[in-house]
Amino acid sequence: MVRNSLGRWIPESFDGKPLVPYADPYSLRPNRQRATRALRRVNPQDVKLLSGGLREAIEASGLKDGMCISTHHHLRNGDALLGRVVREIDALGLRGIRIGSSSVHPVHAELIPFIEKGVIAGFECGVNGPIGEQASRGEIKCPIWVRTHGGRARSIIDGEVRVDVAFIAAPACDLYGNMSGASGPSACGSLGYAHTDAEYAGCVVAVTDNLVPYPVAPFSIAQSLVDYVVEVENLGDPSKIVSTTTRITTDPVGLQIARYAADVIAASGLLKDGFSFQTGSGGTSLAVADQVRRMMREGKIKGSFGCGGITGYFVDMLEEGLFDVLFDVQCFDLRAVDSIGRNRNHLEISADMYANPFNAGAVVNRLDCVILGATEVDVNFNVNVNTESNGYLLHNTGGHSDTAAGAKLSIIVAPSIRGRLPIVRDEVTTITTPGETIDVIVTERGIAVNEKHPELKKELLRRKVPVKDIGQLHKEITQVTGTPRPLEFEDEIVALIEYRDGTIIDAVRRVKE
Amino acid sequence: MNGFRLRRTLLYVPGNMPSMLQNIPIFQCDGVMIDLEDAVPLSEKDAARILVRSFLENYRERNKELLVRINPLDSPRGFDDLKEVLPALPDGIRLPKADTPEIVETLDTLLTEYEEELGLELGRFSILPSIESAEGIINCVKIARSSPRLIGLAFGAEDFTASLEIERTKTGEELFHARTRVVWAAKAVGIQAIDTIFADAGDMEGLRRETELIKKLGLTGKSLVNPRQIEVIHEVFAPKQEEIDYALQVIEAIGKAREMGTGVASLGGKMVDAPVVKRALRVLKTAQAHGMVDVELDEEVIYGKE
Repeated sequence: MVRNSLGRWIPESFDGKPLVPYADPYSLRPNRQRATRALRRVNPQDVKLLSGGLREAIEASGLKDGMCISTHHHLRNGDALLGRVVREIDALGLRGIRIGSSSVHPVHAELIPFIEKGVIAGFECGVNGPIGEQASRGEIKCPIWVRTHGGRARSIIDGEVRVDVAFIAAPACDLYGNMSGASGPSACGSLGYAHTDAEYAGCVVAVTDNLVPYPVAPFSIAQSLVDYVVEVENLGDPSKIVSTTTRITTDPVGLQIARYAADVIAASGLLKDGFSFQTGSGGTSLAVADQVRRMMREGKIKGSFGCGGITGYFVDMLEEGLFDVLFDVQCFDLRAVDSIGRNRNHLEISADMYANPFNAGAVVNRLDCVILGATEVDVNFNVNVNTESNGYLLHNTGGHSDTAAGAKLSIIVAPSIRGRLPIVRDEVTTITTPGETIDVIVTERGIAVNEKHPELKKELLRRKVPVKDIGQLHKEITQVTGTPRPLEFEDEIVALIEYRDGTIIDAVRRVKE
Repeated sequence: MNGFRLRRTLLYVPGNMPSMLQNIPIFQCDGVMIDLEDAVPLSEKDAARILVRSFLENYRERNKELLVRINPLDSPRGFDDLKEVLPALPDGIRLPKADTPEIVETLDTLLTEYEEELGLELGRFSILPSIESAEGIINCVKIARSSPRLIGLAFGAEDFTASLEIERTKTGEELFHARTRVVWAAKAVGIQAIDTIFADAGDMEGLRRETELIKKLGLTGKSLVNPRQIEVIHEVFAPKQEEIDYALQVIEAIGKAREMGTGVASLGGKMVDAPVVKRALRVLKTAQAHGMVDVELDEEVIYGKE
């Protein structure tokens, strides 16, 4: 065990691989080449469309015991592909397969029996929901590597993770493998998380429920990257593609937080022509977006771009002329899906371009301001979004650490109290995003500004916004809630939280039951 | 500036809900009215009383006016409420069903007794009576004069329309006479007139229209049921920049006039005398409370030094 720079105990190796402890957000520089894969040759008479379904594709891909497969999570909780692929793999008698998908959702609880059976041997991605919970309770044994969106793209591109076979769900596809997410019964808009898989996986299989005449146009993943095409009856349940909440909150606490966040943005001096902005899809984040929209209208400000997961709310801002461009790595709702097929400046981008720290400059580096959530924050501004108050690993990181590191102003919005628990802690259960990349924490009881921004703090105080020292805020909140009894953990590590550059920022341990 | 306190927004918070009580410090309303009456089911009255007492005892850094709406004094519950919550020092009591001056006088006497018992300054607890029946409207002129503890009269339209056996509408024609009568009764003794709640928390435009109407009629604030309504009401009650600029000019003009030995000035061809100055002063006090201006003001400016 070694302690990383944030004081977290990190094992020297995990899952058979040596680990590098986290040191700081920006200095690690890679000194190796990009990963590579074999060249191919497809001749005019060769057929890419397989008639034997997923099973034939798995056989044709050459998948063997111990290899790694991937899917993308653009269908979110409506995805049926990953489960079907794993069932076919099981039927073929393959074992020890690693899952390198871009994310796993509660619907994928269906994989649990295959973990127990030995079909699945590990996750090269974070998990949302029951798989993480059962791992945390020690009910399943299966190492989990939690990665950020940018970190996942980086891990594939720099060769840390080798995806042997990528199964890419394609809402529209032709027989030669040109794919688009913009139309079809399972339309999900951007296919941003699948681009890296298409470019780096040993074998690429397009799976579609909407085979259209050649060529798909416009396409987002090109035929030249795709080995096989498989047709299935459906890719899942399209009604569950929409992400969590995509409506502005009506909760007075959330609205109060949004107003304070807007005050911070207004005081930051960033809100001027060329402003760039990202928020998530939660009700409070959208309430902040609503305030930003109001301020941009009032100040006649023309922003440069909005980015990240895109909602109908950002589409409205694009169409109103408040932003020139939307950079869309995933569509959060159906209005965003509709827009990406219609608006020229609503651009699909890959997770690599969005957030990979090891390329020649990601979009997150150009962000002025990002609004992020938190399950817990601590007095050093570290943020946890992975584990819940019960210690269970329940959430994937998403672009949290990527945007926090990239944006000039990263603002955490969170209620000070959630179900009787204080959100500001002495120490977070798990560090997802390091405090040195977080600038401001906004709660309904006050705003804490990171010490590296004395000018912003002064300006906020001048504007009579309730700025408090983070320790003071912590004290005020625990006066209401009391201090919760600390969680108890076993020594056994069930998951690692990898920072975007591949160093290890924290480890998730089994909960003592 | 003595005694001038903004009461644009008085928010009801149910006394039996810890999750809402805990948020009282963060809401930006001028006051809250912790409700032990209609919001609390009969089976929870005792628990709510204890909860409210404990909340008040722990809420030490008070940042807004705190009233408790007790149960009416026609049942023992109202008396039990006072006994439980007064030692935890709310600023005052919102008295429901204040249909006659005698009811207010009864509460006044009770409060005096508690103040003596608790060793507090006499008159510490204020009263905000609810005028919420036909009888209350008829009696409100006398009610306004029934106790020096009164900070205002609060009109309650839901019970009032029920007592009239009519529907309450969003346009509020049926309330016009009652509202004006409450305003007159209150202004005659120099206290505030607080309007009724607007029940549809989703209809911000309707709320804005109603608030604009009651501001025009002379009411100085509203009771409200949802914190989301605070912002709209404050926006309506905030003086406009033109009003503030004009008020500052009025004060300047009358100051110059006095130096020249007269109580009347002319501003842009219009006469400026005491009533105009009074109105300007009121605008500036409100603006100051909104943090929109920072000026030294006193009543002397109206009539000059003696």
